[in-house]
Amino acid sequence: MAMPRSTAVVVALVLAGLLLVPALGSNYLVDLSTEILIYMLFALSLNVLIGYSGNVSFGHAAYFAIGGYTCAILLTTYEWPLLLAFPAAVLLSGLAAAFVGYFCVKLTDIYFAMLTLAFAMFVWAVAFKWRDMTGGDDGFVGVTVPALIDGRVPYFYFTLVVVSISIALLWVICHSAFGRTLVAVRENRTRAGFVGVNTRAMRHVAFVVAGTFAGIAGALLAMYNHGMYVESAFWTESAQVLIMTLLGGMYSFFGPAMGAALLYLLNVFTIQYTEYWPTVQGVILLIILLFVPEGVVGLGQKIRQQLAKAG
Amino acid sequence: MSMLTNPTIVFLQFMNSISLGMNLFIIAAGLTLIFGVLRVINFAHGVFFMFGAYVCYSVVSRMAETAGGFWLGVIAAGAALAVIAFVIERGLLHYLYDKEHLMQLLFTFAIVLIMGDLAKMIWGTDQYSVPKPEGLKGAVDFSFGADLAMPLLYPAYPLMLCVLGPVVAIGMWLVLSKTRWGRVIRAATQDREMLAALGMNVPLVYTAVFVAGSALAGIGGALAAPRVAVSPGMDVTIIVECFIIVIIGGLGSLWGSFLGALILGFVNSFGIMIFPNWELVLSYVLMLLVLLWRPWGLFGQPEADGH
Repeated sequence: MAMPRSTAVVVALVLAGLLLVPALGSNYLVDLSTEILIYMLFALSLNVLIGYSGNVSFGHAAYFAIGGYTCAILLTTYEWPLLLAFPAAVLLSGLAAAFVGYFCVKLTDIYFAMLTLAFAMFVWAVAFKWRDMTGGDDGFVGVTVPALIDGRVPYFYFTLVVVSISIALLWVICHSAFGRTLVAVRENRTRAGFVGVNTRAMRHVAFVVAGTFAGIAGALLAMYNHGMYVESAFWTESAQVLIMTLLGGMYSFFGPAMGAALLYLLNVFTIQYTEYWPTVQGVILLIILLFVPEGVVGLGQKIRQQLAKAG
Repeated sequence: MSMLTNPTIVFLQFMNSISLGMNLFIIAAGLTLIFGVLRVINFAHGVFFMFGAYVCYSVVSRMAETAGGFWLGVIAAGAALAVIAFVIERGLLHYLYDKEHLMQLLFTFAIVLIMGDLAKMIWGTDQYSVPKPEGLKGAVDFSFGADLAMPLLYPAYPLMLCVLGPVVAIGMWLVLSKTRWGRVIRAATQDREMLAALGMNVPLVYTAVFVAGSALAGIGGALAAPRVAVSPGMDVTIIVECFIIVIIGGLGSLWGSFLGALILGFVNSFGIMIFPNWELVLSYVLMLLVLLWRPWGLFGQPEADGH
């Protein structure tokens, strides 16, 4: 499906704006943009599962962390070149998602939710306990980043390229026949099954796609921070990306990216005043659930429709 | 491995397995009861458990070492969680029943985030320990007069848990199968529309079940307090354990969670002897094996397709 012209214009403008960020001369802005880009990709990857296949994962941080730790360890401990370490990290996230997904998609939403959380906490426990490999709760510090991209601005451009390509791929996947079929499965699993769709296999593939792209985001974060920490695998990280996705709006492609940017900025702003960021997140989640279940993008559309009707 | 050939250690670990399993059962029973009726997996069950432990600590620390202090703490924990659950259910959750399951699931997730912080605001991030109650500080001799090289002693407090677990299980089973309230609750798990058509106050049943299940989490937390360090983060460990239990036993099944809790107790206590530090892996492997063999758990029923 071709992108609607209005969306294409916005995407082009955002991209152009991002290209110019380093020219503004603010280190802080470059860092902030890099971080937001990474979380955008993370949230968009989760939305393949939530928005397109209708399965809510409460443990998406697992694949994010696997990507991050694998990339960090291969680059640093085993001194692999980036061109090998990065794809290997992504591949491992995808394989882990394939394994966990095999069990999760066998079952309905509730078992699915519990299993995703349980597996993610398993990944967290491994990262926590396997001290020799991961650094345990001290984190894996001092990731070797190739000289070419080691630096604030080069790394920002590297992230921009990787995230843009990933988002473009996700767009193609979500708007292919596969993506359309996923939506059919989400809307009515029984009926999709009757017209010959192997619904379990479709959901499994969605799980793998989501995990793989989360792995890319994780690998980017590990190199950005020059380290990887167990918090990235903890359930709060899964909660955060879930709230990003819902905040933006799970039934639109770019909604989660917007949610990621919004929530990240809110986080940066809030932690200056209070340590109780989870409460803020919880309250945001409650507001979304009770008042704006379609997220910011859906709310925008609603307001536009109302205005159109009035005008 | 040599520890496994020492009968005293095997005996202690056997008893530890049961006492841990029974403590876990009391908590998981609340989760499965709520699921059975409301069809909601309460992610906040772990944070309710943590609150129970903290409330017990606060009561016990104010009562100093008085005889009934601990038991008052247990009752207070149950009561506090009942009140909290009542407010949450009537004030908010109640409005989400006619929405998708997903919304209710996410709602309980929001409660976890908020109440986790609330616990930090009230009790800080220190670790607390709760002393064992008077009268259960000693150990019980299991030698039964036999002349052993080392007497088979087992501490009284965990022994009490071994007894309390089955008492709670049988009590819950009796209430559910023999009383009018139990019949109503079981009817609510089957067909809530029919129950409403018969003139039952279904919202009241929902509130009562949510309150009772949450109180069990609080009581479970209070009972766990003398066994563990009361500290932030204990909510996450317990909720994952509860999930493993109900996945193994089957969601919504009382005896399923009893068996699941017992199995997890054994895997944890003996796993730690065989694979120190990695006993956790064993519980996951076990869960996966059960899922492969019986996807709905040992006692579970396949869900009707929601669509």
